[in-house]
Amino acid sequence: MSSETTTLLDASDIYGGYGGADILKGTNLKASADEIVVIVGPNGAGKSTAMKAIFGLVKIRTGQVLFQGEDITNAKPEQMVRRGVAYVPQEKNVFPSLTVQENLEMGGYLMSGDLKPRMDMIYELFPKLAERRRQPAGLMSGGERQLVAMGRALMIDPKLLMLDEPTAGLSPKLIDETFERIKEINAQGIGVLMVEQNAKQALAIASRGYVLATGANRHEDTGPNLLANPEVAEMFLGG
Amino acid sequence: MNDIIQILIYGMVLGSVLSMGAIGVSMIFGILRFAHFAHGDFMTLGAYIGLTFIAVMGLSPWFALPAAMIGMAVVAVVIDQLLYRRIRRTQPVILLISSFGMALILRSLIQLIWGSENQTYASGIQFPWRLDVLGGLRIKPDHVWIVLISLGLVAGVHLFLTRTRMGKAMRAMSDNMDLALVSGIPAERVIIVTWIIGGALAAAAGVFLGIDTRLHPVMGWTTLLPVFAAAILGGIGRPYGAIVGGMIIGISMEMSTLFISAAYKPAVAFAIMVIMLIFRPQGIFKGTL
Repeated sequence: MSSETTTLLDASDIYGGYGGADILKGTNLKASADEIVVIVGPNGAGKSTAMKAIFGLVKIRTGQVLFQGEDITNAKPEQMVRRGVAYVPQEKNVFPSLTVQENLEMGGYLMSGDLKPRMDMIYELFPKLAERRRQPAGLMSGGERQLVAMGRALMIDPKLLMLDEPTAGLSPKLIDETFERIKEINAQGIGVLMVEQNAKQALAIASRGYVLATGANRHEDTGPNLLANPEVAEMFLGG
Repeated sequence: MNDIIQILIYGMVLGSVLSMGAIGVSMIFGILRFAHFAHGDFMTLGAYIGLTFIAVMGLSPWFALPAAMIGMAVVAVVIDQLLYRRIRRTQPVILLISSFGMALILRSLIQLIWGSENQTYASGIQFPWRLDVLGGLRIKPDHVWIVLISLGLVAGVHLFLTRTRMGKAMRAMSDNMDLALVSGIPAERVIIVTWIIGGALAAAAGVFLGIDTRLHPVMGWTTLLPVFAAAILGGIGRPYGAIVGGMIIGISMEMSTLFISAAYKPAVAFAIMVIMLIFRPQGIFKGTL
């Protein structure tokens, strides 16, 4: 379980959206370096919007986001990257005409010094990418593209990795594999905060989970407890 | 046969000019997402900056080329910071119309400073090289230099785009703007470098055009249509496509003079552009349009 001292991210009482009516209506999220935190919930619950708001892509009207105790409410994405937060969007998460290697280089754009050791680490984690480092990312399969996207995000050696539906559109076999990789990444001491549609599987590997509905927290518990909660199961996990 | 080779050379010269302009148009579209209508007048201004260096410092047109390129790169960045940067977050159509306005401003300014008469870099006639082995084929040294220097600049752009971190960032931004932002790529810095390259290459196009023909305040504006045609043909947002597109349009325009009056040359470019937009709007290399 996470203790207060290791809390990386602490978003409290977030209200905000794309300019019109608020999509987030009092969202609370926390994540620590040793956790895999999963956000589930029905369509339109504001799961992706919450991630974007934390990363500075959606305007937060009221509420506060702390990262390692510092206020980062409405910080720009570039500042988030500099602080060690990496974000992988759900769609269009690679540079299609750039090679795998160039995609990784772009992930490390803000890093000074030699990118090679970091890149080698990522190739070790995703051996498939090493074989295809000279291939344009746009010519790869959905599963491989997801690896490129995660590899790109990992280039900054993040403290917190934010993933928006990393298994969307993948085959069952690749879904299992992706969750395995996420566990490996977390085992390196990188906190993971992710939104997932495959709620059952995601909660099974989660340290903690949040159930969001209409932009606010509905439930919050450990992964196994949420899975066992009959109300959650009925409402969001398809019975 | 000889005629065809001769015309092919003219086509390559025109193609070089168009490529230099089209690379900039294509890059600016890819990264800033608007059709830059002042690009033709960037070419003109570049040519006149070159003229000033030739007149004031007595440089030959070839030495004036780097000076014109640097001068135009500075002007392009200044125009971006003064005008385009302020409306960057608005709709593309607003940027497009603004660039149209900038085109008119530049053209008027050029007329005001340098006058509206035709001018030339060097007076007199340049004697062509006669290649007797090729049946008396005549090649003007200027034409050879224009094509060779263009190739050099293209190679330079290629190395920049594939070997440097900034060049790769430019391709990344052109590929996926949102992801570039999320990756922490500094968009404003990339945009400035885009204008430096776009402005410098536009100046090269203008100087080449001035060396090949003469200088006139509308020289760039009348070349803008084939430049756009080249960018669209190659796939807008794809600098390599712009080079291929420039060569195809240039050679097609010159080749058309074998069959129809030379006055219809721009119409040939226009026809290719329209056909392309109907049947393959993404261009030869899949562009971002």
